[in-house]
Amino acid sequence: VKEVLVIGGGIAGIQAALDLAEQGLRVHLVERLPSIGGRMAQLDKTFPTNDCSTCILSPKMVDCARHPNVILHTYSEVQSVRGEAGAFVVETVRNPRYVDEDRCTGCGDCARKCPRQVPDPFNIGLNQRRAIYLHFPQAVPMVMTIDPEHCTYLTKGKCGLCQMICQAEAIDFDQQAQETKLEVGAIVVATGYDFYDPTSISQYHYHTYPNVITALEYERLISASGPTGGHLRRPSDGKPATKLGFVQCTGSRHVQHNRYCSTVCCVHSTKEAVLAWEHNRDTHSYIFYTDLRGSGKGFREYMDRAEQKYATTFVRGRVAQILEDPEQNPIIKYEDALTSRPQQLKVDLAVLATSLVPRFDAPQLADTLDIELDEFGFVQTELFSPNDTSRPGVFACGCCLGPADIPQSVAQASAAAARAAEIALG
Amino acid sequence: MAMFRSIMQNLEPASERQAPRIGVFICHCGHNIAGYLNIPELVESVQKLPQVVFAKDSLFACSDAGLREIRAAIAEHELNRVVVASCTPRTHEQLFQATCEEAGLNRYLFEFVNIRDQCSWVHMDNTERATKKASGLIRMGVAKAALLEPLEETELSVLPAAAIIGGGIAGMTAALSLARRGFVVTLIEREPELGGIVRHLHKLYPSCAEAQSLVKRLVTQVSEHPHIEVLVSSEVSQVEGYIGNFELVAHNILFGMDLTIPAGAIIVATGADELKPAGLYAYGEDPRVITQLELEQLLVADAIPTPLLTVVMVQCVGARNETTSYCGRTCCLTAIKNAMLLKTRDPKTEVYVLYRDIEVHGTHFEDYYTDARNLGVIFTRYTPDAPPEVTDGRVLVYDELLGAHLAIPYDLMVLSTPLVPHPRSRELAQMLKVPVDEYGFFLEAHVKLRPLDFATDGIYLCGSAHWPAHLDEAIIQASGAAARAATILSKDQIHSSGAVSTVNEYLCRGCKRCADLCEFGAIEFVELEKGLNLLGQPGERTGRSVARVNPVLCKGCGACAVVCPTCAMQASHFTSQQVTAMVQAALGD
Repeated sequence: VKEVLVIGGGIAGIQAALDLAEQGLRVHLVERLPSIGGRMAQLDKTFPTNDCSTCILSPKMVDCARHPNVILHTYSEVQSVRGEAGAFVVETVRNPRYVDEDRCTGCGDCARKCPRQVPDPFNIGLNQRRAIYLHFPQAVPMVMTIDPEHCTYLTKGKCGLCQMICQAEAIDFDQQAQETKLEVGAIVVATGYDFYDPTSISQYHYHTYPNVITALEYERLISASGPTGGHLRRPSDGKPATKLGFVQCTGSRHVQHNRYCSTVCCVHSTKEAVLAWEHNRDTHSYIFYTDLRGSGKGFREYMDRAEQKYATTFVRGRVAQILEDPEQNPIIKYEDALTSRPQQLKVDLAVLATSLVPRFDAPQLADTLDIELDEFGFVQTELFSPNDTSRPGVFACGCCLGPADIPQSVAQASAAAARAAEIALG
Repeated sequence: MAMFRSIMQNLEPASERQAPRIGVFICHCGHNIAGYLNIPELVESVQKLPQVVFAKDSLFACSDAGLREIRAAIAEHELNRVVVASCTPRTHEQLFQATCEEAGLNRYLFEFVNIRDQCSWVHMDNTERATKKASGLIRMGVAKAALLEPLEETELSVLPAAAIIGGGIAGMTAALSLARRGFVVTLIEREPELGGIVRHLHKLYPSCAEAQSLVKRLVTQVSEHPHIEVLVSSEVSQVEGYIGNFELVAHNILFGMDLTIPAGAIIVATGADELKPAGLYAYGEDPRVITQLELEQLLVADAIPTPLLTVVMVQCVGARNETTSYCGRTCCLTAIKNAMLLKTRDPKTEVYVLYRDIEVHGTHFEDYYTDARNLGVIFTRYTPDAPPEVTDGRVLVYDELLGAHLAIPYDLMVLSTPLVPHPRSRELAQMLKVPVDEYGFFLEAHVKLRPLDFATDGIYLCGSAHWPAHLDEAIIQASGAAARAATILSKDQIHSSGAVSTVNEYLCRGCKRCADLCEFGAIEFVELEKGLNLLGQPGERTGRSVARVNPVLCKGCGACAVVCPTCAMQASHFTSQQVTAMVQAALGD
């Protein structure tokens, strides 16, 4: 059986893996985090249909894990790649979870007893999780992981409560990193994106004002499985937020930050405004934009609907500054493009639509794979071969190529799968 | 047409036909269920139910030990129906079905009862009532289990060949991808030449590569490939069959000949046309008013009128309005590219682009827009309340950013119009039994996660037939559609589920409501023949047609059973009797 490697277990990696597996190839899907799912698992709903993100993603994750031709390597990383198209030798390392994947059922009894609390990165630190944790409620594989930096048994040799609690006898503090050598014909890179840290845009006071949050934080806040159970409450005082200001192009289309347009933010902010109104009919949202971009299927209609039915006002104007009043209400200062005059608007919550940027470790991965990146740090491809990287036999899809929405990522994943299958079977 | 071959999932043991002997396993799921429900009470109540011969709780039903216990109980207690009450069928139903199968039971003799996601997790604050609800859910599951039947799965052969409709960049890219995988491809193009709309373009954004050389290169590759047969001047006139076994008829427009094309999968890559804005800005009357595509053709022919002092391009003509509310996606970049070409050709030419929102998303297009401004292209924003007007040879427009009225004289006015579906797309959609949207663009199976599939299995979609696409997007979608088709073509056989709809032909009166409703094209109507037909001779015609379900296409959704006025249609595994028994069990307490 011919084998292929897919790096990254987000929606692009999952789709590429399934398309390859369904063609009879054996797929090794390597994911850095404890669960597959990627960014899409963190989103509440998806535009322009308002489909629940997890509800449509979860069956794909399960299909992937159950597929006889897919071998999941979660909590794992690619260390080296040698060889050439048709015959790569890849070394991966699986980090120790300190939990036996075959025994753990993900019941979570251990996490209920674990005394150590740490900020939950899945919810961007908006709540606490334990040192032994499930990456998110629908994780695949449904297996607990011990955070070695915070577990007091691993750091100080004290506690071990989880081991005593676990009736499946799955806790294994002696687990070691495990290296695996794979021989694959082709490689698909689907490592996704990070969000730009708006701290460097000092005039928005992201870190100093509690009610200035990022779009991803907003997604977690409005998600039923998020830290507030889906109630849109202000971080400062827990009061319901009903007047929302969305700040577009935070870090995008800006020479000092990222020159490019992040593609998805005009529509995702529209969606976030629609969701807020659906949760609470007293909500009114203001979206401050540079150009209102939405040329995907059904996007423009979605924006028109938001304006007409979902109490959303689109304001053309770049936000210059965000201030705060004594009640910690953000005050958005902007230039109204129509009147060319400075204006301001007091809101309950300011949501920054931050740029999509390359993964923090993109340069390192590019080095490991020996592939070129473009000037922004995304994987470089050419117009006529949009999924072929600079190294033959290595293909890319999804947001590691640059900002893309979900259907674009899925289409790219199928395309990368087609290219990989041609090489691996050729 | 290949015939269905039924295979028994398992040889049915004699025990399955005997009286139901039901085993029930109630999972603790650690604290998740046991923490909120009274498990001993549940086990006790289940043991009292009729036909339940074994009931037990399990710490983790899905663990190796739990599954072993299920298999052992099936053997020891001669169970012929199994119920597991636990987390959610979404993740665990197949696992327990496989476990039953390993113990010699048909997988459809398993019933899942969801007492975690739908009970313990949502009623954490009231153990007594939550336990009562769980008890009811299990009672319903047991009532259904008693009526479960072993079901068969069928398999269907697949022809390793594809038919691709549309020979533009998308169609050719998909054809080459499949041909490189060794599949036979028939590429059907309506026009006398391959190349689609790109054949008429001058240069491509953002690299300014020559459109013609791309088309020539692909046409050569396609024509020379031994696995690809090209039919030009041909239209699809008929489509029969289903996944794995389609039969298309291609009608040659020039010679009036019909050709039959067998195919295991179909890819729709019919592209789109540029909207011709009749009646807008004197288009069609004033020869100085043309569309972007017509400008491209002037550029190709090197026939740009001279002197060319001022060119005004107007964006969103015939788009983002009441009838065509979408954004054309490709027109801003086309305008920017052509503006730059004109500017480069003669720097003295003034080029204005009158726009609403400049649509240059992604990493590479923003710079392209900047380059155009640096080259001296003037971008002027207008609002839909005050669109540009033409008076006395000048374009009047209110510049929203300057706050001033401009009157621009022009030598050439270029209207940027959106791509619109080909007028015949609806007809083709009907032949393929696939949907189109309100505009006539083909409608994919799922907007987010199945952008290249149709709801009907075996038919795929790419390029501007789906939605206006940039060139790289069309190439991506084409390769992607090829991969989706290859997931079918690379199999010798495809399997159906056993849980599909079945027809009682005596009750069916042929009203066709089910077929109209079926999203998956799984129901066809066949004429009944009189008498037994053991020799394979055509029987006597009856004139009475009845529904027949293609089990490979059927997803078991049951919509047909709901709409059937005579109850001829039944969804196996969710029969009326089974559901009624569940309702009675629910109300029985």
